[in-house]
Amino acid sequence: MNYLLQQLVNGIALGAIYGLVAIGYTMVYGIIGMINFAHGEIYMIGAFVSLIAFLALGAIGVTYVPLALMLVLVIAMVFTSVYGWAVERIAYRPLRKSFRLAPLISAIGMSIFLQNYVQLLQGARVKTLQPVVRGGFVLVAGSFPVQVTYLQLFNVALTIALMAGFTYLIAATPLGRAQRACEQDSTMAALLGIDVDRTISLTFVIGAALAAVAGMMVLLYYGVIDFFIGFEAGIKAFTAAVLGGIGSLPGAMLGGLLIGLIEALWSGYASTEYKDVMVFVVLVLVLIFRPSGLFGRPEVEKV
Amino acid sequence: MTEVAAPEPVATTHRRLDFAASLKEAGLAALVALALAVPLIGFRVVESNGTVGLTTRFSWVAIGVAAVFFGRLVLALSRPARRQSATGRGGARLAPLLQFGRRYARLIGIFGVGLAFALPALATRSVVDLATTVVIYVMLGWGLNVVVGLAGLLDLGYVAFYAVGAYSFALIAHALSLSFWEALPIAGLCAATAGILLGFPVLRLRGDYLAIVTLGFGEIVHILLLNWTSLTGGPSGFGDIPRPSLFGLVFAPHAPAGYRTFQDFFGVDFSPAQRIDFLYYIVLAMALLTNLFTIRLRRLPIGRAWEALREDEIACRALGINPTTVKLSAFAIGAMLGGFAGAFFATRQGFISPESFTFIESATILAIVVLGGMGSQLGVVLAAIVLVMAPELGRAFSEFRMLIFGAAMVGIMVWQPRGLLSYRAPSLRLGQRGEAAP
Repeated sequence: MNYLLQQLVNGIALGAIYGLVAIGYTMVYGIIGMINFAHGEIYMIGAFVSLIAFLALGAIGVTYVPLALMLVLVIAMVFTSVYGWAVERIAYRPLRKSFRLAPLISAIGMSIFLQNYVQLLQGARVKTLQPVVRGGFVLVAGSFPVQVTYLQLFNVALTIALMAGFTYLIAATPLGRAQRACEQDSTMAALLGIDVDRTISLTFVIGAALAAVAGMMVLLYYGVIDFFIGFEAGIKAFTAAVLGGIGSLPGAMLGGLLIGLIEALWSGYASTEYKDVMVFVVLVLVLIFRPSGLFGRPEVEKV
Repeated sequence: MTEVAAPEPVATTHRRLDFAASLKEAGLAALVALALAVPLIGFRVVESNGTVGLTTRFSWVAIGVAAVFFGRLVLALSRPARRQSATGRGGARLAPLLQFGRRYARLIGIFGVGLAFALPALATRSVVDLATTVVIYVMLGWGLNVVVGLAGLLDLGYVAFYAVGAYSFALIAHALSLSFWEALPIAGLCAATAGILLGFPVLRLRGDYLAIVTLGFGEIVHILLLNWTSLTGGPSGFGDIPRPSLFGLVFAPHAPAGYRTFQDFFGVDFSPAQRIDFLYYIVLAMALLTNLFTIRLRRLPIGRAWEALREDEIACRALGINPTTVKLSAFAIGAMLGGFAGAFFATRQGFISPESFTFIESATILAIVVLGGMGSQLGVVLAAIVLVMAPELGRAFSEFRMLIFGAAMVGIMVWQPRGLLSYRAPSLRLGQRGEAAP
């Protein structure tokens, strides 16, 4: 029982990370109807920027942990957003009117490019970071005590805070309104004076900022990153977005949690080798039996 | 920056304004470049004796930002001039070359095939070996072209079928002690079956879902090959794969019991080059058959249905074409061709391991198809030659290979979305000649 509880705790902490990345997929899909394959790479860049920020802050003597965390968070979000913006500007915006497969192929090219860009600049070897947030507490005592680390708590709390802010942004600000308007009908939105290009750019910026936070969390959580982490996380987060219903924001978060739980339970009870296979199986099953996901609207094709 | 005095005052103000705006634009671009470059180029994470540290290389950042600034400035200033030229887009400069290629495509093709057949007589052993690799990729490119170029289905896990072909060939040939020629069709059949099994549930989905599911399938196959040790040998691979023979004549210094060797039968001296040439001719023949097969298929109703489906699925459905079966056939045929290529790869190497079947391979094959021009048979050949030969030119290039692949894929989509050799003759024509769609 305690073992199960421990896996649930781990799964939720992991799911928070996937959920944040999944929001980037779901938002971009909602607004321009494409899968941003390079989003996993944006998350990887977020992790690298965080690592470099931690090391740079350490070098200039900022060692007070809460301050360092706050600063790294801001730095990672700012610089990674620029990457998100640039990717959209270079690889997707010129292709708005192109044929169906063009943005997808461009996105794959971008993803390959960014992976190798980071590999060439930072080296192919795994990068490690000493634990920044240490310790934890025992949730349920017993022969197998259920532990919650402060880091897990921090990750989940940060995710909840970001979600709250993000929901407010979408629901109640002019930007959020413009974003929802473009999602429904970008031509009509443009006719009503909304700068569609700018709104799409900002969507990518927000997605990238959230992915950067996820990248920082994963760096803190595992303490190891390399240039290839975006690939796997990208697919898992995409699965999460599909599971929750692509285009739906709460769906993405819930999907992320479910994927995190599935992964934690599967590696806790079955085998760790096949945990990635499991995620794909979930993806295929969802696509076959419920393509609109848990919260998604069924797709209507218009001629 | 000195301005040349223009004769008309109106023109001067226009140019001045333009210059200021261009300067602003370049400044903004440089600012973005600075933000992009500072974290990842400006710092490098280094590990020495267990501790992690940072080194800086701000000079690189400065060079990069300056390059972006001046590049953007030149681009912005040259824009009015570019607009005046009627041709417009960047690809137009290639037009004469493309027209030449278009007109003489058949001649180039015949010449190319002739050259390919003569190659072993003209070139050294290592060149023939490299050419064999190129032809394998050409074959894979043509196979994927059926799926991506003709049917318009983006398959990101094509390497899975290549792997299924290679492994099923190796396992079947080993378990039933079949020869290369006996096991080859079975390997193709296995790959086609894998294609149908994967395609059946997912082909009803939208194009981009399909892309990610195939990507996942490629990974699943890779993980299975790595972990199913009892069947596949796991990471250490699978060896002892039978070599092909020429009507029962083997290419080896000494024939096994019951066989004759090639050199014995023809009364020539043994040389390892014979086997390499033989393998080259096999793959060349397989590739040419693939080409013939797809060209013929394109004229058949099924091929026309693929292309129609690529252009407009809803219209096809309205005309009574069943999209799922049509897509499934394209998927299965593409998978089968990949399987054949995999079987040949296995027999050529004599040893296979999961390392040869990673996502990078899928990306390479896709890059060949995309860069060559989706749907263009000749384009695939040229792209395969460039992409496979280029890493041989030097280590420096092979390091940047994937980086350039990625950038080229984006660039092609932005400037020449139908690929470098984008033109191909429509399979069917309506009305006036010369008014056909590009």
